[in-house]
Amino acid sequence: MSEQAWKAALYLENDHLFLGRGFGAQAMQGGEAVFNTGMMGYQEVFSDPSYSHQIVVMTYPQIGNYGIQAADSESPTPLLKGVVAREYFSRPSSWRSEMSLGRYLDAAGVPGISEVDTRRITQVLRDEGAQRGIIFPIDSEDETKIRLRGRELLKQVPVMEGLDLVSQVSCKKSWEFDEALNQKRNVQGTIVVYDYGVKWNILRSLSSRNFRVRVVPYNTPAQDILAERPLAVCLSNGPGDPAQVPHAVQEIQNLLGKVPVLAICMGHQLLARALGGETFKLKYGHHGVNHPVKELSSGRIMITSQNHGFAVKTDSLPAREVSVNLVNLNDQTCEGFLSENMRTMSIQFHPEAKPGPSDADFLFDQFIKGFVL
Amino acid sequence: MPKRSDIQKVLVIGSGPIIIGQACEFDYSGTQACKALKEEGYEVVLVNSNPATIMTDPIFSDRTYIEPLTVPYLEDLIARERPQAILPTVGGQTALNLAMALHREGILSKYGVELIGANEIAIEKAENRELFKQVLIQLNIDFPKSGEAKTSDEALAVAAEIGFPCVIRPSFTLGGTGASIAYNIEEFKVESIRGLEASPVSQILIEESVLGWKEFELELIRDRKDNVAVVCSIENLDPMGVHTGDSITVAPAQTLSDHEYQDLRNKAFAIIREVGVETGGCNIQFAVNPKNGRVVAIEMNPRVSRSSALASKATGFPIARIATKLAVGYTLDEIPNDITQKTPSCFEPTIDYVVTKIPRFAFEKFPRSDSRLSPAMKSVGEVMAIGRTFKESLQKAMRSLEVKWWGFNPLSERRKIKTEGSWVEGIRNYIKTPKPDRILWIAQAFREGITEEEVYELTAVDPWFLRQIHELTQKESEISKYRGKVSHISREQWWDWKRLGFSDPALAHFLKATEEQVRQARLALNVKPEFKCVDTCGAEFEASTPYFYSSYELFGDSFPESKKDRVIILGGGPNRIGQGIEFDYCCVQALFALREEGVESIMVNCNPETVSTDYDMSDKLYFEPLTLEDILHICEKEKPSGVVVHFGGQTPLNLSRSLAQLGIPIMGTSAEAIQVAEDRDLFRELCTRLKLKQPESVAVTDPENVLEAAEKIGFPLLVRPSFVLGGRGMEIIYNSRELQKWLRKKHEISEDSPLLMDRFLKNAVEVDVDAISDGEDLLIVGMMEQIHEAGVHSGDSACSLPPFTLSSKVQQELKKQTELIARELKVKGLINIQFAIENDEVYIIEVNPRASRTVPFASKARGIPFAKIAMKVMLGRKLRDLKIEEKKMDLVYVKESVFPFKRFPETDIVLGPEMRSTGEVMGVGKTFGEAFGKATLASGYPLPLQGTAFLSVKDSDKEACFPIARDLVQLGFELVATRGTAKYLKDRAIPVRSVNKVNEGRPHIVDHIKNGEINLVVNTSALGVHEVGAAYELRRNTLMRNLCYFTTISAARAGVQAIGEHKRVSPSTHCLQEREL
Repeated sequence: MSEQAWKAALYLENDHLFLGRGFGAQAMQGGEAVFNTGMMGYQEVFSDPSYSHQIVVMTYPQIGNYGIQAADSESPTPLLKGVVAREYFSRPSSWRSEMSLGRYLDAAGVPGISEVDTRRITQVLRDEGAQRGIIFPIDSEDETKIRLRGRELLKQVPVMEGLDLVSQVSCKKSWEFDEALNQKRNVQGTIVVYDYGVKWNILRSLSSRNFRVRVVPYNTPAQDILAERPLAVCLSNGPGDPAQVPHAVQEIQNLLGKVPVLAICMGHQLLARALGGETFKLKYGHHGVNHPVKELSSGRIMITSQNHGFAVKTDSLPAREVSVNLVNLNDQTCEGFLSENMRTMSIQFHPEAKPGPSDADFLFDQFIKGFVL
Repeated sequence: MPKRSDIQKVLVIGSGPIIIGQACEFDYSGTQACKALKEEGYEVVLVNSNPATIMTDPIFSDRTYIEPLTVPYLEDLIARERPQAILPTVGGQTALNLAMALHREGILSKYGVELIGANEIAIEKAENRELFKQVLIQLNIDFPKSGEAKTSDEALAVAAEIGFPCVIRPSFTLGGTGASIAYNIEEFKVESIRGLEASPVSQILIEESVLGWKEFELELIRDRKDNVAVVCSIENLDPMGVHTGDSITVAPAQTLSDHEYQDLRNKAFAIIREVGVETGGCNIQFAVNPKNGRVVAIEMNPRVSRSSALASKATGFPIARIATKLAVGYTLDEIPNDITQKTPSCFEPTIDYVVTKIPRFAFEKFPRSDSRLSPAMKSVGEVMAIGRTFKESLQKAMRSLEVKWWGFNPLSERRKIKTEGSWVEGIRNYIKTPKPDRILWIAQAFREGITEEEVYELTAVDPWFLRQIHELTQKESEISKYRGKVSHISREQWWDWKRLGFSDPALAHFLKATEEQVRQARLALNVKPEFKCVDTCGAEFEASTPYFYSSYELFGDSFPESKKDRVIILGGGPNRIGQGIEFDYCCVQALFALREEGVESIMVNCNPETVSTDYDMSDKLYFEPLTLEDILHICEKEKPSGVVVHFGGQTPLNLSRSLAQLGIPIMGTSAEAIQVAEDRDLFRELCTRLKLKQPESVAVTDPENVLEAAEKIGFPLLVRPSFVLGGRGMEIIYNSRELQKWLRKKHEISEDSPLLMDRFLKNAVEVDVDAISDGEDLLIVGMMEQIHEAGVHSGDSACSLPPFTLSSKVQQELKKQTELIARELKVKGLINIQFAIENDEVYIIEVNPRASRTVPFASKARGIPFAKIAMKVMLGRKLRDLKIEEKKMDLVYVKESVFPFKRFPETDIVLGPEMRSTGEVMGVGKTFGEAFGKATLASGYPLPLQGTAFLSVKDSDKEACFPIARDLVQLGFELVATRGTAKYLKDRAIPVRSVNKVNEGRPHIVDHIKNGEINLVVNTSALGVHEVGAAYELRRNTLMRNLCYFTTISAARAGVQAIGEHKRVSPSTHCLQEREL
């Protein structure tokens, strides 16, 4: 049952070339290369739709150790473009494992490259900023040729800034998330989730608090949603540049003040734009599960799960409408804000975790107690 | 929240002598704590009985006390210093227990002292197993079924409920002392009684066995605002059933998915909050059933621990330092992360490498004890290695151990396994039981074709680890294909092998080449490692702390450039008996000297427990194995102006010749001089040339000649193999019959490993002289007179500074001879000479042109940082220019050794030429008696001032026993003695009752001991001869009852003096900083 090994190359926009061993799908794929610093949770990362069009470099060197288990997926299929690891294990060990990581990626057409210096690649991305990259199979050892080919292939890879990926990953029809619904006794009403590339654990986090959860396409008109009289609307996470989804921003503007809104990640950035705020691209983003965030009102610090390449400019937010309440302690960027008037809570990171600590899980309750019930 | 201003003076309690389960990791945590408190402007009072520690160096605290860690001494000290707070969480179980005792005896409230870090309630909840169980029930966290018992009847009732196998854990012991597993009722009866005896409160916990489950540990940190973070997760390669200190462990956890890991994290957070460890570090252990994921909580330590030292070194997050700052009021977000400088400490470190820790054992020192690993810790040290992958990190750790493993050394059928059946069957049986070398046998199992599934069934080691070991053994056959064809190996091949962590000696073995050939061949193809940085953040942020490890990668991390001269200090590697914290003390002092002299200091070591591997002790730290290959790579990278081999003990010293031959500049005393001192023949020549006396001796290379040579010198004889540390294999042989017996069971004799025989100097006094020479002048560091007679290893003997019986004429002679030797060897730096004095005649026993175990003791006693001075001398400074302030020696300093006998049930406590102590304590007093009494007390034995003394001495000691008995009677003791000793004393009008030996009918002496009727035991027998039977029974019972005992006449004499002195005056405490110039 051994997986096929093949020679692979990773070429980065600033002319960096890394040669290694391929795993997953033996295919050519390109996207924006970012690094993730989580030491566990590769499956949740790779199945997070927010990584659509990205190549993820795992800083932890050993990937695949415990395999893949269906229950840990955050979406039906991985949407990322590639995986970069120092060492890949095709023979996982875990009582829960159902298949190897390689087979999982192969089924989704996603290539991986291992035996490359991931620390070096991370330093490149940190120092030069996130940049486009491409993984492709090679059959020669001639670095000059491989480099030329990389340069050529990279031309097909679009730049992340200015890319609307939400329309690609959002569901086409609305649907009801009914996982574990039958266990619920007192369903308290419906929360509608705008799907910009939603992670299932956001749905689980809401559903497990006894709400009916309806997932709708990103461009569903606000009045259709309001007509259903939901208890709240959740703006989900999702991939790409928030500036490229003006349609979603408009619909959010039509919702504000009329229904409580919980915004997460991409949802948070779109909400900020709906309020007239600005978003900008971070040099290399926040991708990991160890970012300290402080809740200013309580002084409480939580270790959070993060995955975003763009951020909200704190001083661009309308100070009269909202108060920034969550701050990243590493770089002081805005991690969330509140608006009592509009019954809105906005969070840049992932309170639903998966992967990562559930320190911020209480924010769901805070939102529900404060604004919904 | 800012730091607390309502406290100004904090008492830090150290962990005392190095013992199994509590080693120099607490010197590391205590040193960090003292530094952190001073940094914040608090006045620091430190108490620790261990003079070998770095923390007791007077620069780390304002007031340093090297005093016994007992309640009366602590109370005396608190009354004198009046601290507002005590930090009890950085001194291991010793400090925690002592703090609790101070609380229970009302001393804390009497003097208004507060416990910071963890208070009485939290300590009680975490340490008392019943309360901890209540916490878990409340949190709905599963735990192994268990019950407590205070008597053996209660224990049987609990066992009936739980079933077998079950684990027996004595309450309130450290390092799991006395914990054991019982598979049936018979074993249970024996083990439960042992457990009750081992517990200071006579209480045991009987626990459902989770043998074979996966074991994990989380290191947590919490601040007073309830912010909690995981610093590190650790997975044990050895499954449940082996004490975590004895397990091979890996960081971070390797086989947990995020789902499972977060579950452990949530449980750990719930526990720390419920127990209420207010601020600081703690660790929590879990077991996970590999078949269904069931999680049970095992235990919690509400303090920094051995694991937190490992976690600090593994991640770069200084737990003890941060915990101390939290204890005085800061919150995590207020403390910057030293390594990134830009980010705060409230984060969870993420690492981009794999860390492996392997324990180091000393079973060879305790041949009768069982080397099976169990829930009671038995290892004496550990190594840690960092690699980019588990394979690399594991193989680096294996070669760091210094047990002649260059990796997975193949085992040959010549190695006999004590089992029935074939070789392969033997391996199957062997790997069922965890033992120090099981990992080698697992690899051998794969070589013999045993499958991964089967090895898993036999060992319960997670298949993930087994697969990696299997893959490494598969690689060996690929390597062997190039046997004899080293020059045909391509760069890609070398690269592949080196990336898997194969060392040069390992490759040389499989290629049938020399290490040198392998190194040359791969270097010719530019196959060499790069150095990466430990940065707490997986390269997310730029790091400014130069803490490095090697890995075979194409890219290295950028280094801070400096134009200064660079000097590399090689550390001592894993702690073991004979080489431990004393050498780390010397290395750290050397680092300070380099800093003071403006030279860039580079530290290389692989022991995670040490202060030397704290990243802010040196300008650069390389966490690397101390092998030739690894050191050469660092030298090539750093191009140092000098490498120092003299402070790390025998480990670096043994490398000096190879390094020098390859053109590495050895600083100070030359490699040739080291060679002269180490080589018996060269040294004998030197002594002859200088007209210095040595005991008659001979080196035999042919087994045929042994007896004849022995007769020529005459018995008793001291026999030993060459090049040894800590007296490995050394024995005193009293007659030819014993010699023949010894020859039969010991190693082969050959040209390469000659047998050395010395005339044994009976009743001689041994003296250790340490000195510093700069080539012109000589500075005596200390003349330490040993209290035990010659024949007891100097590392095991108590000693006194200044000497307490030597005439000034003899002292002059010792100094003269030291000068002669130092000059002849062109010593530049430290030198240690062991002398024996027999009838005023001075003999030279041994010369070590390096720092010795006694340097820290002498430095504390005399108030002079000698190791630091030695380093400066090695840099070219002259003694006379260094303006060393001689301080008054108006007190007596006694060093006493501490032994791990309680951990090794089958071991006799008789002392001999083979070193077996793990640590030391110091007693300070106005008289020798006072100091020796305090040292005895500090080593763990209460000095009785009245009661009944039991005497039983060998015939040759009877005469010397008389004055001891007479003095004891004068001091008010009643005497009992075995028949022979009693008769001798009665004949000399000493009132004494005679008592039965164990084999002479009941009641016998052990009955009296068990009844608590004996307060002092003097029992001498032939040195180093380990007995079974009556004498052994007596000594083990003495040990287990914690009675004050003396096994040599000279120690008994000193003991009686101490009792007299302690009866006369009540001993006082002395502050190191208060001594007069």
